[in-house]
Formats: sequence, structure tokens, C-alpha cells
Amino acid sequence: MLAKRIIPCLDVKDGKTVKGVNFVNFRNAGDPVELGKKYSDDGADELVYLDITASHEGRKTFIDLVTRVAENINIPFTVGGGIGSVADVEKLLDAGADKVSVNSSALRNPSLIDGIVSRFGSQVCVLAIDARFTDGDWLCYVNGGRVPTERHLFEWAREGADRGAGEILFTSMDHDGVKTGFACEALSRLSEELPIPVIASGGAGEYSHFYEVFTEGKADAALAAGIFHFNEIAIDGLKHYLYDRNINIRL
Amino acid sequence: MGVAVIKYNAGNNFSVLCALRRLGVEAVVTDDFDVVRNADKVIFPGVGEASSAMSYLRSGNLDSLIRSLLQPVLGICIGQQLMCRHSEEGDTDCLGIFDAEVKRFPVNGNMKVPHMGWNNLRVTSGDGVVPAAVDNSYVYYVHSYYVPVCDYTTAVTDYILPFSASMRKENFYATQFHPEKSGDVGEKILKNFLEL
Repeated sequence: MLAKRIIPCLDVKDGKTVKGVNFVNFRNAGDPVELGKKYSDDGADELVYLDITASHEGRKTFIDLVTRVAENINIPFTVGGGIGSVADVEKLLDAGADKVSVNSSALRNPSLIDGIVSRFGSQVCVLAIDARFTDGDWLCYVNGGRVPTERHLFEWAREGADRGAGEILFTSMDHDGVKTGFACEALSRLSEELPIPVIASGGAGEYSHFYEVFTEGKADAALAAGIFHFNEIAIDGLKHYLYDRNINIRL
Repeated sequence: MGVAVIKYNAGNNFSVLCALRRLGVEAVVTDDFDVVRNADKVIFPGVGEASSAMSYLRSGNLDSLIRSLLQPVLGICIGQQLMCRHSEEGDTDCLGIFDAEVKRFPVNGNMKVPHMGWNNLRVTSGDGVVPAAVDNSYVYYVHSYYVPVCDYTTAVTDYILPFSASMRKENFYATQFHPEKSGDVGEKILKNFLEL
């Protein structure tokens, strides 16, 4: 049976892994390739590398990093952050990435998704959505969660899937970094409404949160960052916990 | 050991090259007939779409070249599908090495297509590349089309229905999953192929 995936996410700035709590106050968590290799050895099913560098030199460093990851790690990985065009995607795939995630630029220009999909196929295009629960609905944000938009989570996710995105990566900004569990209600609705896999992000703090996100939240994969980087949760321990509770897990 | 990776328009060769390099093998990506014919092993990888891949292969006569190879050949993902007789993707006539029809996964409740992620192998007859030793191991898949279970099937994976996870006919081997992305098990499978 298809296994539920555990995905560590590594935010990378100037070649180093960082992780914010509610998107601010970064703490350093080591070399991205070393860390990715360790996660892969511990049983991570995929990796996500997000480039949060703004500078041109930083972008170049990130492309080099993508190649080093491809050379050293034998599981699939997604890269994202600052992707604005099909040409950006091509560079990252050529450097060895398996998939790319698009976020702000797709919200501003949804046809970017069509462009990526027609050129490289649905399987490479992950649509990342940051949303916050506001006035009774989930409002999408851009620019690393700093700027609200007019779009709402469910209709934007549906449009993304219709345009050919291969997966939805939904981060609840309300839950991110708070460690009280994932946004299971919204995730479950996304998973039921969409014909494509849903990756849950934001809120993981303990083993049971992952169990909840795969059962109540009906997520296909769960992503987390800080709790893995600072060894608050060990991936192998987490996977055994889930396996013992009859979740389909690759051990 | 000379390993040739077929160069055509359905790429992701880089991951395959990196995986081979981790096993100590420096492969060449080539569409040169002599280099391919003289290689000890040939890998036919791919991430792409069937009809455009086949027109590309035909335009350079690579289709006849691949069919005529006598050394061990390993098709990966769309490589496996292109080695079949016909694919529903773009209603495409393929290489015809395996007498099998490639089909699209049917819609089935909330089962999602593409089949993406880690799923386990049920080794049936097994072969030198995918032997009984890897039975029940998880391997990595990304695909919307599949080869039904047939006489050439050596391992099966279940998703919506049972399909050919791996196949073999004479010197031609194929996997629907991506050994180059399947962790340590994938490395073992690639190593098995290199050691044939």
C-alpha cells in the first residue's frame, strides 16, 4: 500500500539551514546537505529545501546546493522559494531537483502553473499555499506569509489542481511553529475535495499530531522543520510510532 | 564497466548518473550508436510523455537501436512503458519489446492519480535485478500510466489495481519505480543490474 510520507523541510539562507517560529526569529540548524543526508538515513521519505535568500549571489549558492543534494541523497527532494518563471524551474530541475514548489508567484500569476505542467509534467509541480484563518475563512498570504491576498484556500487549491499542479502543500500560518497540532479540519476538506495528494504543514509538536494528521486530517504527507532540526522529534522514532498504530509507513 | 544512458527528450538523467556515481560507476549519456552498442550495460531512463518521447526516438532511429541491443538493458519508469507494444498515453505505438499495453489508472473513489510516493513490491517470479530478497521493500513511484500484470512481470505493486512493478524479457529489464530515488533498496537494485 502507498505509504504516508514524512517530509522534513529545510529553509536555506546563504547556504545554511534556518527555521523560524511563525516566520521570524531564525535559528541556525546546520549544513543543508549534511542535515538532508541524516534525515534520509533516519527514514525521511522526501526532503523539501526552501530558498529564503533574496540576493542574486544567494540564488547561485542555492543552485549549487541543489546539485550537491542530488549527488549525495538517494530520495526525492523538492525545492522552492522565489521561483517566478518556467526558466527558474528549468534551472532547478537541471541542477537535479525532482520537484519544485511555487507559492507567491503562482498566486500573482496562476498561469505559471500551466507553464510548468505543460513543459515538465504535473509530477514536478507542487503548489504551496500559506493561509491564515481570518473572519471565518482561510485567507491566502504571499511573500513568506507577510502579505494577505484576496484569494481563499479552498478555491485557490482547486484552481491549482485544475491547472495541473501535482500536489498541494498547505501551511497553516496559525499553526506554524506553535506545536499544538496540524490544521486537521481544513486538511481533511482539502484532501476530500482535491484529486491530488495533500501535504500538511504547520503545527507538528509531538508524535500524536502526525497520527491525527494522517487519520482525521486525511493528509498524504506531513511536513515539519524545527522539531526535526533540533531533535525534538526523531524521524525513526516517529515512524515506528505511526507504524505501531497501523498507519502505512515505510520503515 | 561501460554504462551508457540513452540520451533523448525524456530526461532526468542527472539523478540516474548521480545514483550510478554513488555506486562507483561513471556512466555516459549518449545517443551515439557505437557507444551504446559497445556499452556493457544500457540504461533507458525517463520522466516524460510517451508520444513525444517515441517521435524523438524514431526520428533518430534510436527505436531500432534499442530493440537490437544484446547486452543487459534497464528501462526505468517511462522507459519501461516505452518498451511495451502500445501506450494509451497519446495513443502511441511503442518499442514492442514487451508484448503489453500501457494503460492509464482508472478513476477509483478518492485514490489519487498520479500514483506518487513509496509503495511496496510483491516479488512474484523475480529476476536478477529485482530478486526475492527485496520482496515487500518500499520503492518510489511517480506515474499515471501502468503496465498490467503479464507474462513478463517479475514483481507487482498494488495501487488501485495490481500492476507490473518490474519486468524482464531476455536481456531487457524494466522497473516502473525509480531505483535512483528509492533509497538503499533502490541502490541495491541498480547494483544488481550493474552486476548482471
